[in-house]
Amino acid sequence: MATPIGPLDYSRRLWVRLTLLVVFVFLYAPIATLIAFSFNDSRRNIVWNGFTLKYYEKAMGNEGLIEAFANSLTIAVISTLVSIVLGALVAVLLWRFRFPAKAGYEGAMALPIVIPEICMGVAMLAFFSRIGWPSDMIWPFNLSAIIIAHVSFSFPFVAVVVRARLEGFNRELAEAAQDLGATEWQVFRDVMIPFLRPGLVAGGMLAFTLSLDDFVITFFTSGPNTVTFPVKVYSMVRFSVTPEVNAASTVLIVVTVVMTAAALWMQHRAGMKAEEAAG
Amino acid sequence: MSAQQETGAPVGEVQAGDAPIIEIAGLSKHYGSVAAVDDVDLTIRRGEFFALLGPSGCGKTTLLRMLAGLELPTAGTVRIDGQDMSTVPANRRPVNMVFQSYAVFPHMSVRDNVAYGLKVDGVPRQEAYRRAEEALELVKLGGYGPRRPDQLSGGQRQRVALARALVKRPKVLLLDEPLSALDAKLREQMRFELVNLQESVGITFVVVTHDQDEALSMATRIAVMDHGRVQQTAPPAELYEFPRTKFVADFIGSVNLIEGTVEASADGIVRLSAPALQVPVEIEQATGLPAGSSGWLALRPEKVDISAEPPEDAGRNTVAGTVEEITYLGDVSIFHVRLTADQPLIKVTIANLDRVTRRPFTWGDRVHLSWAPTCGVVLSQ
Repeated sequence: MATPIGPLDYSRRLWVRLTLLVVFVFLYAPIATLIAFSFNDSRRNIVWNGFTLKYYEKAMGNEGLIEAFANSLTIAVISTLVSIVLGALVAVLLWRFRFPAKAGYEGAMALPIVIPEICMGVAMLAFFSRIGWPSDMIWPFNLSAIIIAHVSFSFPFVAVVVRARLEGFNRELAEAAQDLGATEWQVFRDVMIPFLRPGLVAGGMLAFTLSLDDFVITFFTSGPNTVTFPVKVYSMVRFSVTPEVNAASTVLIVVTVVMTAAALWMQHRAGMKAEEAAG
Repeated sequence: MSAQQETGAPVGEVQAGDAPIIEIAGLSKHYGSVAAVDDVDLTIRRGEFFALLGPSGCGKTTLLRMLAGLELPTAGTVRIDGQDMSTVPANRRPVNMVFQSYAVFPHMSVRDNVAYGLKVDGVPRQEAYRRAEEALELVKLGGYGPRRPDQLSGGQRQRVALARALVKRPKVLLLDEPLSALDAKLREQMRFELVNLQESVGITFVVVTHDQDEALSMATRIAVMDHGRVQQTAPPAELYEFPRTKFVADFIGSVNLIEGTVEASADGIVRLSAPALQVPVEIEQATGLPAGSSGWLALRPEKVDISAEPPEDAGRNTVAGTVEEITYLGDVSIFHVRLTADQPLIKVTIANLDRVTRRPFTWGDRVHLSWAPTCGVVLSQ
């Protein structure tokens, strides 16, 4: 016998189910299709002709694509490391000290998060060409403009994550270390950094994935010899959407998903630990 | 009879062998226009178990943090073992602190927590661990070294914090509300343990607390603070029997405060008349008050005798009244007696010595209250 639908039993209402279905279809069907057709044994992405891995092989053999992938990884690693240091310092600065116009500075720091990417891209392009930043240096220095651009939009994410974690920091921990004889630096190294580690890792993961798949800003700051993976995929798509593009995109999706999952897991684990400590 | 004779303890003077370990002079801490600590002079002697007692916001924690060097004074000086601490940062002071939250480092094992202070001082790892284990045994946590703090109970974490502070062999151990986070049973047990620990290590303890029972039961001397000022510094019994101000009388224990006028003050007897009392009362006390000045009789409820007939001893202060309220508290009953219309009730505490179903007095009964001249004290402020 069917029980009546309770006031919060949304999952049993027809209109909720329909909405959910539509949302999931539009969200995941394209991605699922993209991944499925990367295994399609056909030149065109329209009809399913059978399973093959040859487009993965082809993508692996595409030197331009591999070089772009290597560039992307290099940029992501360097900009992530710089973002972690810069973001953590900014967060600690905002948490620890009082100074004039602090609220304004805190707001301005988060600006790169909300500014439209296209505007950031154009601004970066104008900036680098105005100061005449050299673009013909040897690898990896030819990536410096892109790295700087990536740091500028990803370090605020690290700062925001670390700042949030600092709110839960018990200042008595730092004072206890100081009381036991630790210098300012030892307090930072032995107490602050271990406490912030989950935030640093999560923020770093965020910065890494943001950098890895950024297209707009990279497009404006990359030179002819500094193609990144997303930019390369875009240029391939301009000719035709071959399964090779699908294969390359699938690899990027997997890398991004794995990184994001790792970041979420780190945060979850930190949350569990904090709960345990509080309880 | 003077205060000194009553408690057998010296007041305001340092005896031989009681060398000062902490000397505080003119110490103030201002936050903007608010004085958290206001011109405090205090001497703490070597080997004392000293308590800073007061309501929240009285400045006791700020004072403690200035001893640790975690706050810098606005004015005044702190000397520890004769050395001026003005320019000595927190990490170089010969004191260690047990924080209210214990502040046990969550990412370090118990052993690493306790050894941390030694390691930053450059003590070799082996030596640091050996001394850490000794300190853990001292606080009855021997063998807990490899555990993580999140595997410990609140009481055990506090012991880790104690061991971590004691392992550095400080000249003074500072404790900020050490028992406030423990449950009632454990709190009582820890009081004894802290006292025993202090006696066995011989280090001066300075404890901050808002709990008078805690201060009275543990400390050898107590400084009562209010609004950033020290109201009175005395051993527990003296503080209870001879409070110097209305605030101290009211803060420590329960008290009847009766406002009146000093009629005469001579030969160690103060005579006070009060609207709430039908007859003037006489109190023996060393410090005289000028005749005609206003004074407050501070009278502990348990020191008042209640009877149906007036007592035969004519030397006792005796007043009559009517029982208006009775509060039964199990071990004691509190009788609230109206002496005079429109005046505050007088509280009288009677121990329930018998398993009575019938009270000796009931609501509306006419009773006589009496107390010896040696009970109570007349205060001018």
